[in-house]
Amino acid sequence: MDEKEKIFEMLTELRPEFDYKNSQNFIEDGLLDSFDIVSLTTMLEESFKVTIDGMSIVPENYESVDAILALVKDSKSVG
Amino acid sequence: MITQFSGKKISAMLGILPQLVSNFDDEVGNYSFPTQQTMRLKKVMGYKQHRLAAQNSTVSDFGIYGLNYMLQNQWMKKEDIGAVVVVSLCPDFFVPHNSNIIAGKCGLNCDVICLDVAQGCCGFLIGLMQSFMLLDHLPNKKVVLINGDVLSHKISKKDRNDYPLVGDAITVTVIENDDDAKPIYYEMHMDGSRGNSLKIPAGGFRMPSSSETAVMKDLGDGNFRALDHVHMEGSEIFNFVQTDVAQMLLNVFENGSAKIEDFDYFFFHQPNRFMLQKLSEKVGLPKDKLFMNLVENYGNPSGASIPLTAIHNCRESLLTKNNHCCLSAFGSGLAWGVMFMDIGNLNYCEMIESNL
Repeated sequence: MDEKEKIFEMLTELRPEFDYKNSQNFIEDGLLDSFDIVSLTTMLEESFKVTIDGMSIVPENYESVDAILALVKDSKSVG
Repeated sequence: MITQFSGKKISAMLGILPQLVSNFDDEVGNYSFPTQQTMRLKKVMGYKQHRLAAQNSTVSDFGIYGLNYMLQNQWMKKEDIGAVVVVSLCPDFFVPHNSNIIAGKCGLNCDVICLDVAQGCCGFLIGLMQSFMLLDHLPNKKVVLINGDVLSHKISKKDRNDYPLVGDAITVTVIENDDDAKPIYYEMHMDGSRGNSLKIPAGGFRMPSSSETAVMKDLGDGNFRALDHVHMEGSEIFNFVQTDVAQMLLNVFENGSAKIEDFDYFFFHQPNRFMLQKLSEKVGLPKDKLFMNLVENYGNPSGASIPLTAIHNCRESLLTKNNHCCLSAFGSGLAWGVMFMDIGNLNYCEMIESNL
């Protein structure tokens, strides 16, 4: 499974009631709130083995799968 | 403010918890969010259970209970006490003041200074600062510092931002002069321009409580609150901790005034596990010395969080040896600060429960 599909899977696990693939902006469309962002951050950290900087946990880094993937790639690897 | 105190020590610490325990699992249905989404926060934020004061119990009730416990168990004598400092956001009344109420009910002498300080999350550091300054003028006396709140009375049960993390608790700390005590480093910052990030809009003179301020509304984020309740802008507070608080700690550890490895413990304010985790990663603090477990055990008890964290995790160590401690608090005001202080060889250190 490629990285984007992996992130889509996490999003669907987080909020199964939403269709993330048909959204241009998860934040503007109301598909992720601040607590979802916190939960998704820990899921991303566990799955991709990275540490996401606290200052990067801002809505604009979670508005699309491309933005989330960029955030993961900019984050420090663990171990 | 950056300063140093000398010749002061903590000699006793007491935590007083209400008996009532409320479990996060039982509260999930109160919130207007999907259950699965809310349950994820249990692990991430550290929501498990929290302590709640009985409906009519106040900070002065807990303070009286705690101070009487100390006096009855001969932790000190009434005539040893030179001042009672109460740091809280929950006055019984506008007048008289909680410190006066407590001193009166405990039968303290009329030459005891009674002082209320209205501070929240930074209440322990502010209270220590005030106590140290008083002790300069009370050479042979002790200061009784009472911290804490019963803020669950002011938080909507339908507010998932705030209710799962609140905890009611009070601590009583005894501070005294000691010529042999090591210098205490202290730094405190305040930014009132961001004060609305954490606010109780109604109940003061600006907006007195009324039937209108008691009306519960969804303010657009899915949480139901009244103007009488605590309102927290979670994202703003999170960013504040990741920027201002982290930078203060990075500066103080980088400018040579202290090394992280020199500390035995980091006793920090306890907003939630995730926020502390991110702060510790940014500053590079050792996870085995920075406790993040208060919210899951008791909830966040505002200004009592630092002493309660110390008592819960390190009671034996505080009683039997000296510990070099870094204390840091941040929150309402906004305010943020850090203190380096040796705490240990205490005469008494205990956690008790009351039916309040």
